[in-house]
Amino acid sequence: MLTRTASWTSHSSMDLEHGSKKHSAAPTAATSTSTILQLRDRFIALQPIVLRASAILATTVAAAVMGLNTQSYTAVVAIIGTKPLMQTFTAKFSDTPAFVYFVTANAIAGAYNLVVLLMRRLILQRRTPSLVVHMLDMVIMVMLATGAATAASMAYLGKNGNLHTRWNPICDKFGSFCSRGGIALVSSFIGVALMLALNLLSAAANASRPNVVGQ
Amino acid sequence: MAKVQRLISIVLRLTAAAAAAAAAIIMVTSHETTSFFGLEMEAKYSYTPSFIFFVVAFAVACAYSLLVVFVRPGSTASRLVLMSDVIIGMVLTGAVAAAGALSEVGKNGNTHAGWLPICVQVHEYCNRVMGALIAGFVALVVYFLIIMYSLHELAEPLCSCHY
Repeated sequence: MLTRTASWTSHSSMDLEHGSKKHSAAPTAATSTSTILQLRDRFIALQPIVLRASAILATTVAAAVMGLNTQSYTAVVAIIGTKPLMQTFTAKFSDTPAFVYFVTANAIAGAYNLVVLLMRRLILQRRTPSLVVHMLDMVIMVMLATGAATAASMAYLGKNGNLHTRWNPICDKFGSFCSRGGIALVSSFIGVALMLALNLLSAAANASRPNVVGQ
Repeated sequence: MAKVQRLISIVLRLTAAAAAAAAAIIMVTSHETTSFFGLEMEAKYSYTPSFIFFVVAFAVACAYSLLVVFVRPGSTASRLVLMSDVIIGMVLTGAVAAAGALSEVGKNGNTHAGWLPICVQVHEYCNRVMGALIAGFVALVVYFLIIMYSLHELAEPLCSCHY
């Protein structure tokens, strides 16, 4: 995609040079349009980097917020004689396997995106590593989606409970645990959307190249 | 060769439709009533929103697969079908994940939240839900094969086989 747009830019500037013998205002118009084209090329080249950086941010925030999510409160359980008996109730993310999977999936996705972003120059030169990165992008996106779906269904259960199985909701007792979990969930969903956009961008970039593998 | 391609595509889509229909039907027919300690307990799929989402997602996937069999390959509609295949695959993934999370809680309970497992009381219901989840996984794998095959038909990025 980069080589195609670069060749278009050089072709159009050559056209502008050939037609510039009209009057003296044409060279200034030529330079302004070429700078606009340069800015546009730079904007197009930056898109995957910006998307990946945002995906790293979203997934790391989700993993961190859910991983550090803990809340405890002390309540009087019984009164023995005149002495009240206190007990501490704690809610952590590791109480539910769904949240453990959520944190793991987001951490793996953040680390993978960081590695790909740092090793961009090495990886994306040739075609086969670029395709492998595209496949891994899809796998990681689906893993993120399953983690987010699992955590969302568990969060719904924690918020509303289930009357028929006599599971009581826990969000009335652990309010900030639930709201922090909700923030982590929203951040993870944003990460999934960003990785989907990355996938579409990679698919468009890979599809516009000619089929050089068999030649 | 185009006929063989179309035949493979049709067979894959019919298999996916059958698996998705099986998953939805098994989940819908899971119903059990039991009584323990004088309390009557009824277990149905419609008492859990995740299972309702599971049934709806797989029913939509089954109908979609049956409709898409009639699309001619190579037309512009076939690219739209590929995009919709990916969307439906992601929806099915979310449905299986959500139903799986809830089944895990139903089977093992959650001591920290004070939720008791229910599979000891409604054993038959749990078996049916497990069967629906297995059929859902099979449908998901077949959808993945459909997407990979459609990609291979439309643009062959990795292999150099000529048709």
